[in-house]
Amino acid sequence: MVNQIARFVFLAGSMLLGVLVFQPAPGVGAVAAEASGVPVPSPTKGRGDKCVAETSYIRRYHMNLLSHQRDDTVHDGIRTKQFSLKECVDCHAVKGADSKPVAYDDPSHFCRSCHDYAAVAIDCFECHDSKPQKSAATGEAFRGALLALEGYLKARKP
Amino acid sequence: MSQRRDDQASAQEHSRRDILRGAAALGGVALAPGVTLHLIGGEAAARPVEEAVSDAHRWGMLIDAGKCGDGCQACVTACSEENGWDLDARDPTDSQWIRKVELRDPKSGAERTLPMMCQHCASPPCVDVCPTGASFKRADGIVLVDKHTCIGCRYCVMACPYNARSFVHEPLTDQKAHAPRGKGTVESCTMCVHRVDAGRQPACVERCNDAAGGAMLFGDLNDPTSEISRRIAKYATARVRADLGLDTGVYYRNI
Repeated sequence: MVNQIARFVFLAGSMLLGVLVFQPAPGVGAVAAEASGVPVPSPTKGRGDKCVAETSYIRRYHMNLLSHQRDDTVHDGIRTKQFSLKECVDCHAVKGADSKPVAYDDPSHFCRSCHDYAAVAIDCFECHDSKPQKSAATGEAFRGALLALEGYLKARKP
Repeated sequence: MSQRRDDQASAQEHSRRDILRGAAALGGVALAPGVTLHLIGGEAAARPVEEAVSDAHRWGMLIDAGKCGDGCQACVTACSEENGWDLDARDPTDSQWIRKVELRDPKSGAERTLPMMCQHCASPPCVDVCPTGASFKRADGIVLVDKHTCIGCRYCVMACPYNARSFVHEPLTDQKAHAPRGKGTVESCTMCVHRVDAGRQPACVERCNDAAGGAMLFGDLNDPTSEISRRIAKYATARVRADLGLDTGVYYRNI
């Protein structure tokens, strides 16, 4: 019983501490982080409403998911999209000054924003491209299809 | 009783053939005269993405050296464009997934040219010698390098009798998303595994048929009714260094 109370107090205390340290006041995020000497990562939000799984789960286990997927794909030819690195790169593209997606050598790259903070090196992008390729191609095709449709509709108008 | 079972089997076989024929007819939809939309791939119908590859198929190629143009580099260019390896300003140590080889019989002076790449052996020496298991053969016979486990020792480069493998010496950027390549790993022809998984043909075969002599044919060696199996059964074909008994997946004609 004493143990449980102690644990509760400890948990509550650490949560409070977590809130104090990791929740910068609204509007002064970066400044607050700098002032406390801890550069809190602020990854850019990905496309769409939510990630392919619960965000907290992805944050904790994305490396395992990717590692599992890579073996499935390379050895068994399983090419599902949910945990595909290609899809991560595609969805989490960060645009640079030239409004083109940045590569991994740019510090604002989605993966780097946290990995720099955690000092964990990524080897993925020594072989894999860190910029989206699919969206560009799909975008082009989609635009082409839209233009064709527009032309068709215009031609049909009396 | 036995006769009846045979009749039943025969009837079933007939109906199966009819269904297949029907499917083949459905496969191509004529949009306009001369324009056909292929909905179902004939030779390599796409497997569902969540399904693991099986040994039901064994992918192979038949290359007719008689139709392979002297000086034609269509397959080499197509491979380089598809997989992102550098074709221009070549260094002797640069990667080369496919190359044109010229043969000349010194007695008669007869000359032939043919594309040479990974022969996708059924008993690949590169897999035998790999110390990490990075070099492996997929269930459908495609021989690949798992670059996640490759340590770049290059034993496989030495072991391959076809000189099909290359080592990446320099850091690379802007690789193709479907063909990751990186410094310190060995690579070779993947028989365009990303295309095969999507029910398409390898880039070299497609280009050769679209824009060159139509010397290359891709298909399933396990299926006796496939175009490639029928041609191999009909014509005299050869495999390079057949004496090694590697049971290669690439067959040649007229060499």
